[in-house]
Amino acid sequence: MSAVFEVLNLKKAFSGLAVTNDVTLSMATGDRVALIGPNGAGKTTFVNLVTGNLRPDSGDVRLNGETVTKVDAIGRVRRGLVRSFQVTRLFQEMTPAEHVALAILQRDGRAGAMYGNFLSMPDVMDETAALLGTLGLVHLLHRKVSEIAYGQQRLLEIAVALALKPRVLLLDEPAAGVPQSDTGRIEQALAELPADLAVLMIEHDMDLVFRFARRVIVLAAGTIIFDGLPADVTKNAAVREAYLGSYANASHAA
Amino acid sequence: MTEETVAVTARQSRSIGRDLLGIGAIISAAAIGYLLFPDNLALLTRIIAIALLVLSLDLVTGYCGVATLGHAALFGSGAYAAGIISAHYGIADPILMTLAGIVGGAAAGLVCGVIILRAHGLPQLVLSIALIYLFHEFANKASSWTGGSDGLSGISTDPLLGMFEFDLWGQTAYFFGVALLLAVLMLLRVLVRSPFGMLCRGIKEDPLRIIAMGASPKTALIKMYVISGAVAGVGGALNAISTQVVGLDSLSFTLSAESLVMLVLGGGGSLFGALTGTVVFMLFEDYVSAANPFHWLTMVGVLLIAVVLFAPKGLYGTAAGFVACRREKRP
Repeated sequence: MSAVFEVLNLKKAFSGLAVTNDVTLSMATGDRVALIGPNGAGKTTFVNLVTGNLRPDSGDVRLNGETVTKVDAIGRVRRGLVRSFQVTRLFQEMTPAEHVALAILQRDGRAGAMYGNFLSMPDVMDETAALLGTLGLVHLLHRKVSEIAYGQQRLLEIAVALALKPRVLLLDEPAAGVPQSDTGRIEQALAELPADLAVLMIEHDMDLVFRFARRVIVLAAGTIIFDGLPADVTKNAAVREAYLGSYANASHAA
Repeated sequence: MTEETVAVTARQSRSIGRDLLGIGAIISAAAIGYLLFPDNLALLTRIIAIALLVLSLDLVTGYCGVATLGHAALFGSGAYAAGIISAHYGIADPILMTLAGIVGGAAAGLVCGVIILRAHGLPQLVLSIALIYLFHEFANKASSWTGGSDGLSGISTDPLLGMFEFDLWGQTAYFFGVALLLAVLMLLRVLVRSPFGMLCRGIKEDPLRIIAMGASPKTALIKMYVISGAVAGVGGALNAISTQVVGLDSLSFTLSAESLVMLVLGGGGSLFGALTGTVVFMLFEDYVSAANPFHWLTMVGVLLIAVVLFAPKGLYGTAAGFVACRREKRP
């Protein structure tokens, strides 16, 4: 299957220190990849390079075969590369319905319309309700985001990303900060992501990684040190070393 | 699904109800003003003109979160545009003069928007102050067009629609102003509820999130600045038409700062908040300055401190929040 998302020899250094060092990876439609790595491995920089918030020193990013290295963040979203945020970035004064409707309208190029209201646009409302319904948020349609629980905000973050109908989805620690009791709903949402979507998840929670990913990439000191099956990751000597043994004895792989 | 549809319909009818209520309130306020102050209609017309400036400021500051202390540049440009086509080109039709004000204000909005939006926070504020001084100085120096510090005089206006003469008591100007205000307000209600309005509220809260949705905050904000300029231009034109003179004070830092005070007083991010703030400030100014010419500014200061400390959402915002809270508690 042809690659929907490719990173080729991506390099970025901050004042001489290589933070992303010759990273190459490729993903196809339907991929479920987890990107892990110890703190300071360069995961955040990598995400920012991929989304276009940072310019790489060299290397390329490709979406559907098109080189987008010189395309800005907005252009990449419009080409189907969408991210969620590690710390939820939602509009506190707005409702879940408004968030999702705004994303739908933006996707369809209607967010600049200066008249009309999404509440009276049946197509937008139906899609909004359906999307929030699959995530179990439909009862919160018209509550302010500041009034809903954090776990629900994380789900809404996923809903906004999905409303943009991405081809490649970057999930930055989708379960970060959510109490253990609420992670089940998020895991379910992750399991139900559209099959034709390529998903790259950055995550610390190894349990979640092993349940979600069909492929694991380990980043350490800006370099990919492992790219393979989840079953093999804990057996890898380089990975063990990178984590200083913290996961070396884990039995998740079984 | 039916439950949602009912909820949505209820929301819509509630907001239409609020619109009708607001329009009714403005018409009754206008009528009361007319009956109470028949010989001070000039003040009421001035209040309407300033209200249009504060509404315009609300669009960029209240709805989009842009910090500016130079918004009178848009108002003054509209006033001068309307005045100049009358004084220099003899176009005295009030509707055409208003249109000139809209164009002048929108053009100033585009210039100010493009410059101010290059910065954020404090530098943005400083840019806006620099701009208002530049506009002021430009109008001062271009005295053959603007009359400089003497003000632009020689503005004449034809009867409105060829029927209503602009009389000495300011009746025509007042009704013209009320009509303009209502028209602008209805258009803005549509605008702030539209997808574009929603986009702008999103930009105010988190521009990076908007970028991650694939929309450009800058493009949207510049559009909003142009619209804001058009609204301020209507106010400026109304001022030029009703007073038949345009002074440099219409392009002043003082007016810019006062309009921000009025917005904070009434409550930003709401059209009726902007109106409330203007009316309260201007009437307060008129009364208190007449009653105590030496200390009226002190009293305005105390009022503002009280509002900021005890009603940070402004007079209208706090009252509306209170009513909404009561409604929520009711089963």
